[in-house]
Amino acid sequence: MKKDLRTGLIAIVVMTIFLGLLYPLAITGISQVVFPGKANGSKLTVDGKVVGSSLIGQSFSKPVIGKNGKPVLDEEGEEVLAPDPAYFQPRPSATGYSGNVTYFGNAAPNSVEAREEVREYMKSYLRLEKPFDKSLTSEEIPVDAVTQSASGVDPHISEANARIQAHRIAAVRKLPLSQVEDLISANTDGRFLGLLGEPGVNVLELNIALDKEAPVR
Amino acid sequence: MAQGWLQIAIFLAVLLALVKPVGIYMARVFTNQRVFLSPVVGPIERLTYKVLRVRPDAEGQDWKAYARSAIVFSLFSWLALYLILRTQGIQPFNPEGFHSGPWDLSFNTASSFVTNTNWQYYGGETTLTYFTQMAGLTVQNFVSAGVGIVVVVALIRGIVARSGRELGNFWQDLVRTLLYILVPISIVGALFLVSQGVIQNLGDSSVVHTLTGGQQILAQGPVASQEAIKELGTNGGGFFNVNSAFPFENSSGLTNFFEMLLILIIPASLTYTYGRMVGSQRQGWAIFSAMSVLFIAGVAVVYMAEQHGTVAQHAAGLHTHAFHGSTGGNMEGKDQRFGVAGTSLWAAITTVTSCGAVNGAFESLTGLGQAVPFANLSFSEVVFGGVGTGLYSMLLYVLLAVFIGGLMVGRTPEYLGKKIQAREIKLVSLGVLVTPLAVLLSSGLASATELGKRSIYAGINPQGFSETLYAYLSQANNNGSALAGYTGFIQPNAPGNVGSYGISFADILGGVVMVGARFLPILFVLAVAGALAGKKVSPAGLGTMRTDNPTFVFLLIGIVILVGALTFFPALLLGPVVQSLTTRLF
Repeated sequence: MKKDLRTGLIAIVVMTIFLGLLYPLAITGISQVVFPGKANGSKLTVDGKVVGSSLIGQSFSKPVIGKNGKPVLDEEGEEVLAPDPAYFQPRPSATGYSGNVTYFGNAAPNSVEAREEVREYMKSYLRLEKPFDKSLTSEEIPVDAVTQSASGVDPHISEANARIQAHRIAAVRKLPLSQVEDLISANTDGRFLGLLGEPGVNVLELNIALDKEAPVR
Repeated sequence: MAQGWLQIAIFLAVLLALVKPVGIYMARVFTNQRVFLSPVVGPIERLTYKVLRVRPDAEGQDWKAYARSAIVFSLFSWLALYLILRTQGIQPFNPEGFHSGPWDLSFNTASSFVTNTNWQYYGGETTLTYFTQMAGLTVQNFVSAGVGIVVVVALIRGIVARSGRELGNFWQDLVRTLLYILVPISIVGALFLVSQGVIQNLGDSSVVHTLTGGQQILAQGPVASQEAIKELGTNGGGFFNVNSAFPFENSSGLTNFFEMLLILIIPASLTYTYGRMVGSQRQGWAIFSAMSVLFIAGVAVVYMAEQHGTVAQHAAGLHTHAFHGSTGGNMEGKDQRFGVAGTSLWAAITTVTSCGAVNGAFESLTGLGQAVPFANLSFSEVVFGGVGTGLYSMLLYVLLAVFIGGLMVGRTPEYLGKKIQAREIKLVSLGVLVTPLAVLLSSGLASATELGKRSIYAGINPQGFSETLYAYLSQANNNGSALAGYTGFIQPNAPGNVGSYGISFADILGGVVMVGARFLPILFVLAVAGALAGKKVSPAGLGTMRTDNPTFVFLLIGIVILVGALTFFPALLLGPVVQSLTTRLF
């Protein structure tokens, strides 16, 4: 027993040093030298300014401006945000695209709240897209457009979702639809080897490309 | 949907191809033979023995000594981790300035990681320092997995022993498992993950200015080094609160595939290792087959259920069929890059093994989709199961099947030439029953009293009951996945443990359940190993029941389902079954 106590104590100390410090620090060191961009979050820059990460989705909403020319505030004094029509919109998020506080939306399969939430998302989707895609019906809404992602920062939307939004983007940015569709294809991440995962359109990369090709302001 | 089935088929094929080579490699490690890593690792191994002051060749242990070493080591592990969690305020590698954890939450977390459960009542990126993540959690990810593996190795040695009572040396087995198996694969795995975008740094979170003029804060940290062993050791505790759904933990369809392989590779290959060590590869394949049948059935059900969509979505008027450019199905709580197939397959894998890492929200699975994780946990994690724990738990069921089969044909039950007698069957029954008993007692207590109510998110309805039952199923089976509405920790909106406190009832009950349901079965398993080690091997005769043919595989599957179903069916009716049969909303 005494021997076990001694060995156990030495073992946990030794293992903490090797597995808990040496191992992660060595991996960090190697990663920082070999894959510095990836190890630090695959950041994207525009004009030398970091605007986000290619792996982390972000919100493309902006404050609603009231009649007095000032941002409208809600009951809690926070600015009310609305989707910016000049940009492709990402999926709904439980966390408001937080990159440092993450949690699941936890909508249960048989819950009244989940039904209301989906209804609300469908209504907003149609409100935003239908004026530019007159034939759009609620049956054609892709599921990813009206359900919350798991991570809260899903960087992708489905190709179907992007194609619907393309009508709005083309109108607002005064671009031919075909050019917007080409941009979508260019910013779609396919399956690995055509096999693994699902294809998705990277919203941030696509919007950066849009700004480059046809700046709004 | 065909594309989804194809991905699942590719996964199974790759796994099957790896089982033999990895199984042979592990068998060589456990029987102290040379492997290709020996020239590099050998000197480190010998140095480690010197530092630990063990002489493995001279110090064989019987089952009691082996068990004592395992328990003492785990006790020190627990104390070290608890200490680390409670002293965050004074630690290095704490760029966000996180405070120390509350006592009850820390009790739960320490119990969780030492038992290989990785149940998480906290959110990693908002409460834990990099020091805790590395020196606390990562270390336990390695060593708790190691303890699980060495216990099954001791059991196998007991089964094959021709004489004597020794099962090997715990310290030697642990050191070899770490140095030859877990550490090398983790190093390669972590570097691969970084190359695909999983982050690995020690910097503080970076603020970026988004295109529409807003701000986004990106959490940072040493993620890849933890992610690799988290999957490989079937641990499952995420660096981030949303676990492997967060792109910095799991960045693409490829990493998703790779991480799923890491989860299953050791539990699946151990069946081959087993066949090799007992001298009959067919014995290993028989166990592998029984596991595979239950696994594939689960995958098929969860994928079809998720592709169908939820009752709430249909009630809202959403069309959930797939069409060109859209996966269709239930995308609530799923990320686009994994899709319905990648999330469904993961949900099955993480619950047949005791991993518990998730890449989607379990609470948002369809009613029938939720029933699969429930069923997998009800089978007490014997379908591949955790590293080591899965095979030793399954071997208990094998002995039970041999016993019941023996009763049916009226012969003295024998397994691999060893008579299975009263003492072994008593120990096996205890080992099999501890976990279900822990689940039913704790979830009963939490459901029937006011104490458990504070933890429930969904309210007093079938989903709320599901949350409670799943919480204790998961903790007792050392899994760690969750219907994440269930909580044991109240955190104000600001990061950093400021003003946070645990929900003592849920924290303590869960912690006790995890520790009890981990170490009592380990004691029973090692006792079985000790009892078998001393037995003479009698040659197989005409009357010996074969344990390597389809009949036995069928019997084994039957016994696993029988025990699980008899124990949990009434409880499952109240939660997931209600939700999968009704179109009502609650």
